[in-house]
Amino acid sequence: MTAQAAAAMDDYNFAYLDEQTKRMIRRAILKGLAVPGYQVPFASREMPMPYGWGTGGVQVSAAVMTPDDTIKVIDQGADDTTNAVSIRKFFERTADIDVTERTSEATIIQTRHRIPEELLNEDQILVYQVPIPEPMRFIEPRETETRKMHALEEYGLMHVRLYENIAKHGAITTAYAYPVKVEDRYVMDPSPIPKFDNPKLESEAIQIFGAGREQRIYAVPPYTKVVSLDFDDYPFDPSKANHPCALCGSVTSYLDEVIVDDKGGRMFVCSDTDYCASRIRRQEQAA
Amino acid sequence: MYVAVKGGERAIDNAHTWLAEERRGDISVEELSIAQIREQLALAVARVMAEGSLFDPDLAALAIKQARGDMIEAVFLIRAFRTTLPRFGASEPIDTGAMTCDRRISATFKDVPGGQVLGPTFDYTHRLIDFTLAATGELPPEAQAGEPRTEPTPHVTEFLDREGLIQTEEDDTKTPRDLTREPLDFPADRPLRLQAIARGDEGFILSMAYSTQRGYGRNHPFVGELRVGQVAIEMDIPELGFAIDIGEVTITECETVNQFMGSKSEPPQFTRGYGLVFGHCERKAISMALVDRALRWEELGEDNVGAPAQDVEFVLSHADNVQATGFLEHIKLPHYVDFQSELELIRKLRAEAETAKAEEDASPFQEAAE
Amino acid sequence: MDTQSSYEGAFASPPTDSAQAFRAAMRAMARPGTIEAIAGARAPEPFSEAAASLLLTLCDPDTSLYLAGEHDNEAARAWVGFHIGAPLLPADRADFAVGTWGALQPVSAYKVGVAEYPDRAATLIVEMPSLERNGAQLSGPGIKDTANLNLPEIGAFQANRRLFPLGFDCFFTSGQSIAALPRSTRVSDLSAEEAA
Repeated sequence: MTAQAAAAMDDYNFAYLDEQTKRMIRRAILKGLAVPGYQVPFASREMPMPYGWGTGGVQVSAAVMTPDDTIKVIDQGADDTTNAVSIRKFFERTADIDVTERTSEATIIQTRHRIPEELLNEDQILVYQVPIPEPMRFIEPRETETRKMHALEEYGLMHVRLYENIAKHGAITTAYAYPVKVEDRYVMDPSPIPKFDNPKLESEAIQIFGAGREQRIYAVPPYTKVVSLDFDDYPFDPSKANHPCALCGSVTSYLDEVIVDDKGGRMFVCSDTDYCASRIRRQEQAA
Repeated sequence: MYVAVKGGERAIDNAHTWLAEERRGDISVEELSIAQIREQLALAVARVMAEGSLFDPDLAALAIKQARGDMIEAVFLIRAFRTTLPRFGASEPIDTGAMTCDRRISATFKDVPGGQVLGPTFDYTHRLIDFTLAATGELPPEAQAGEPRTEPTPHVTEFLDREGLIQTEEDDTKTPRDLTREPLDFPADRPLRLQAIARGDEGFILSMAYSTQRGYGRNHPFVGELRVGQVAIEMDIPELGFAIDIGEVTITECETVNQFMGSKSEPPQFTRGYGLVFGHCERKAISMALVDRALRWEELGEDNVGAPAQDVEFVLSHADNVQATGFLEHIKLPHYVDFQSELELIRKLRAEAETAKAEEDASPFQEAAE
Repeated sequence: MDTQSSYEGAFASPPTDSAQAFRAAMRAMARPGTIEAIAGARAPEPFSEAAASLLLTLCDPDTSLYLAGEHDNEAARAWVGFHIGAPLLPADRADFAVGTWGALQPVSAYKVGVAEYPDRAATLIVEMPSLERNGAQLSGPGIKDTANLNLPEIGAFQANRRLFPLGFDCFFTSGQSIAALPRSTRVSDLSAEEAA
């Protein structure tokens, strides 16, 4: 960004959004917290980044942010992926707030596709970027229909779809964006996190989901019951690649597969870059 | 030893610098001015204003320049700017009957009060590349302007209206909902639908309209009238107690006249489709009128034949090119976590299948059992 | 405060003050029963600083407001008109309502949303003499095991919970303190349980 463009950003309000827009988003967040898992429509604004690139998450983060916050932004679990860098810079510039890569130091964490490995605490807010908020969209493309299904708590179709998987493949073949039921009422899309992350949806932190293009906000308050859909004879299985991390040796973290040569060589490393780096730091200190 | 790739920030900065360089192109070629784009690429400017939902020719020209001529990118720049603007109020509804028409044609009558005004149109040009335009400096001959009309130009549909031959459009006096301030929800009433189509992608609306002409929800449209010109924007100033002129915009308006067979309770009558777009955008205005008419099947008691252009949710959810392009292009972002998740699953399923097959092959009683 | 002009009482720095106020309100709503600090705005009597701050943070010309009982006075209307611009509507049509628990009655009047859109429900701002972590026992989303809050009564909130996912949501305000009770919270009478 040129100096001129950077100076022009100063003309925008704290955290970019105007106050009326923030109030509208804040009202939606409160209703979302009051009805966990229910998708609250909100008048999403055009943001200076494209729809589908985190505009929902950015609007939520901007609406909850105070000057005292420290924000961490991750994409695929990593702080240094280009879109995460771009969003982090956006908040640095428009809200002049502290940024961090350390999960434990962040008060707001905006994420795409992962929940950090480290358990979050009561003082943290996890903001998810959501592409398609409707868990049943791929079964029923019409919003008018899915809204009715939620209203009537009619989730039979969802179970049928999962069971068809089992009949065909002997397993539920949904590997990410695995649907959950919140507080025994609403079926919710946890955003495209790997199913490995689903158990962490029951958290001490406030979790808010923002879908900008689809104009929806939903939330999971702390200590809220979140159950991954399954069957008695086919229980939910949050398994992951059965390898240790090649860098830090973790056997419990979610792993990325990295192709290291063109001869079939590959290695597995933590997807959560901060988790991996922290472990390495501790190992070095201990050594 | 493998080290995770760092340096996203530097890569982004470098990419932006390179982009700026590419935008400028060969620096031995003179740089485009905003005025040149505004004046000489006026239809591009009009499209960006229409789909950007902001009437500002200079800003639209700047957006086109910044976007290197990528129209959807330019629309996006305008939208992102527009959404930050404070709202001082709402204007009075514009009166297109009082338009100063540059162009005004009716396909339903040979001649109409107010006249057929051909205006600046490509319609009857021969599409031959004009190589003289490749040379510079020569001014085109001056067009012969007729006497400008000072009195209002009545709408063609009013003549049909007077005879009761066309469905009357009642003003329900309700303030229409505002698509840019409220989330879109269904069922969407006509004002909301028209807003969505007006800012919808020209190509998408054109294809939807075309599909109705080819039989997917056919509704026999005639261009009752198409007019392009300038209308005054008036705003009520509470302190003054009356409305004043605050400016002028160029718009294109199209009203189609469509067949309607009538029903048991209602005599046969023509119906209308309506299109209104910022700037000179005839293709968009006509397309909009056709799509508007197709979406009215329910209120007019027509059959839903399952045509895409009759499907309000389908049309409105997919008309916006800023939304569409963002979501489409977001698949360029890394998805390796989800992909990994699928990779593990497919390996696991394959391993299980192979084990099962091996067990099957090893069993000597398999054939007999079957 | 009696002589406060309707032009006074705004946040000193609206973007950051309202951000702080919202965070307090959000923490309260996300963790029913916790008491948070919220301040910065002043409205005419009898509005608490907490209620005034919450109104400035959440309400504007897009939200309708019902002023109940003593909170509906000329000075309050002028203040709301100048700072918020929210249209004043009766209880059954309001998005937000503010007043004492007694003045807000009957609470059955407020919007509880519809099955397809449970979010289209009212938010009540209940002015309280004080907020204390005792009294009614709360459980549900946002609450680790149980929490306690001195609710003005029990029955109305139990009835509201039975409507879930419909129902109104409440903030409780007193001085510079705020607590909340979303419709999702289960409420029971602690003293009755202890006696049993």
